[in-house]
Amino acid sequence: MTTSSFAENALVLTENQVDPDPKTTPTRRRRVKRKTWQTVIWMVVLLAITAVVLYPLVWLLFSTFKPNAEFGQNMGLIPNNPTIENYVKVMEGIAGVPMGKFFLNSFIIAVGSVIGTVLSSALAAYAFARIQFKGLGILFAAMIGTLLLPFHVVIIPQYILFNNLGMVDTFWPLLLPKFLATEAFFVFLLVQFMRQMPRDMDEAARIDGAGHVRIFWAIILPLIKPALITCAIFSFIWAWNDFLGPLLYLTSPENYPLPIALRLYNDQSSSSDFGATVTASFIALLPVLLFFLVFQRFLVDGVATQGLKG
Amino acid sequence: MTTTSTRVIVTGQKSSRRSLLRKERPENLSRPGQRARVRKETLAGYGFLVPWLVGFFGLTIIPMAYSLYLSFTSYNIFSPPKWIGLDNYVRMFTSDPAFIQSAQITLIYVLVGTPITLIAALVVAMLLNYRDKGAGFFRSAFYAPSLIGGSVSVAIVWRAMFSADGPVDNSLSFFGIDLGGWVGNPDLVLPMMILLSVWMFGATMVIFLAGLKQIPKELYEAAEMDGAGPWHRFRAVTIPLLSPVIFFNLLLGLIGAFQVFASAYIISNGSGGPAGMTNFITLYLYKRGFSDGQMGYASAIAWVLLIVVAIIAFVLFRTQKSWVHYSGDNR
Repeated sequence: MTTSSFAENALVLTENQVDPDPKTTPTRRRRVKRKTWQTVIWMVVLLAITAVVLYPLVWLLFSTFKPNAEFGQNMGLIPNNPTIENYVKVMEGIAGVPMGKFFLNSFIIAVGSVIGTVLSSALAAYAFARIQFKGLGILFAAMIGTLLLPFHVVIIPQYILFNNLGMVDTFWPLLLPKFLATEAFFVFLLVQFMRQMPRDMDEAARIDGAGHVRIFWAIILPLIKPALITCAIFSFIWAWNDFLGPLLYLTSPENYPLPIALRLYNDQSSSSDFGATVTASFIALLPVLLFFLVFQRFLVDGVATQGLKG
Repeated sequence: MTTTSTRVIVTGQKSSRRSLLRKERPENLSRPGQRARVRKETLAGYGFLVPWLVGFFGLTIIPMAYSLYLSFTSYNIFSPPKWIGLDNYVRMFTSDPAFIQSAQITLIYVLVGTPITLIAALVVAMLLNYRDKGAGFFRSAFYAPSLIGGSVSVAIVWRAMFSADGPVDNSLSFFGIDLGGWVGNPDLVLPMMILLSVWMFGATMVIFLAGLKQIPKELYEAAEMDGAGPWHRFRAVTIPLLSPVIFFNLLLGLIGAFQVFASAYIISNGSGGPAGMTNFITLYLYKRGFSDGQMGYASAIAWVLLIVVAIIAFVLFRTQKSWVHYSGDNR
């Protein structure tokens, strides 16, 4: 190997490509050394990015232990006088409603959304992926279209509709759409999955006389379980974090889920009780963070394969 | 019998399966039977689609049409809508400076924030693609913000991060840059919002990384044999082969950015301030429709938003041919 091609290879290595010729010994040793150094730099750079990216979350966790008086003087990471008084205060709740109630409301909305989304999206996806029927093409295109539709275009008419149905200040306006597969992302994700499933099995089931309902229930659903779990986790988190929906429809504090309760803290206490605000924020985030820690592979791989946005 | 049915499965002629099973003249595919089968399939298809169809028409199509109608009326939810023609649209563009400002800052937020997010995501994805060992941890760590970034909690934290003497202000002061608090400063609050969207680069990054992993290593080797340097290889191999993924991320990124709401609402306490600099179009629409009770006007704003999003999607799809390369079999 000539010197010039070695120079070329060094260039390649800086651009992190595979070593094309590992057998030439003298250059190799130098290259291994170089490689080690590059790995070290790689680690340092990524750790630095991690520190910046995760700092706000770490700050949030540490700040929950700061006494309220300390905010303003000490906005740094470490509390001077750590205390759990914020947690005690937050558990009492706000506007006469205990924190547990907000938590429960959020939980009901999120679990209801998961059930509705998974059921209705799986049904729709089966039709789009596995049944040949008249109008399939145009309806599928319409479904893809709703994927790109900004939700805000329909909030006013939807509000009028649910208002006329007497559903304002109940959970129905938040849950009903989920049971009607309005979140096209999940339908699309499941369609992608179902299309990948081999057709021989349902062909065989057909010959045995099974109809679509049996094939859907006994063959397809068990096969796409990983995708269903991905859908369930995402719909839980999205419903848990949703702000606009509850802001529009829920008016009395005892119906508030956590994000709207947080808004109360935020409005009322920008000057007075920042400790409680921060702690309530942390508590609201906790289930999502736990979900993330437990299911991170599912989530990240789901995003990677299906192109699902956070 | 057995051989015939096997052949049928292989060629996938669904129409004759049932008749074969019933041992009815397989050679003579009775037309009426097939038509019945098609009808049955169609019935099954629509049966499975019932919930989706109800949602599609009841909660999307009809509401959209109704919102279009409302956009030509003056309407507060209490008295019936009054037809006023194009007045709402005329007012928006001629005598409503708040709308013009809202549209401007939304466009800046979308058109500046999305490309920066995409570039950050691509750079980090390429860094992660360098090595498999350890990359999984970073991939997960960077992904976390995009899962929670739109939440109220994060907006509250973000406001504290950028407040006067907050962590960002303090770190910048350390380097001799004294900007003070970003939240109350009309010049800095929009950059702060853009930084929040850039912070959520993780989901985009994960998709880029999956795309990068699919680029065959031989292509880089071949390019290198031809004497292509790192930048040239990036331009000639990475970008073209990644272009479908870039297209996907760009489209969804732009559309998603238009819909930022919760963070702007929380950071400005619902006011859209300071000086209207967080009054994004969705927040303005919400305030007009639900605080001021001008639902006709808010519907018109919603339709302008829809049209702008549709134009952007259309332009992207039209330019797709010139820069997005879908390789069929050679991948």
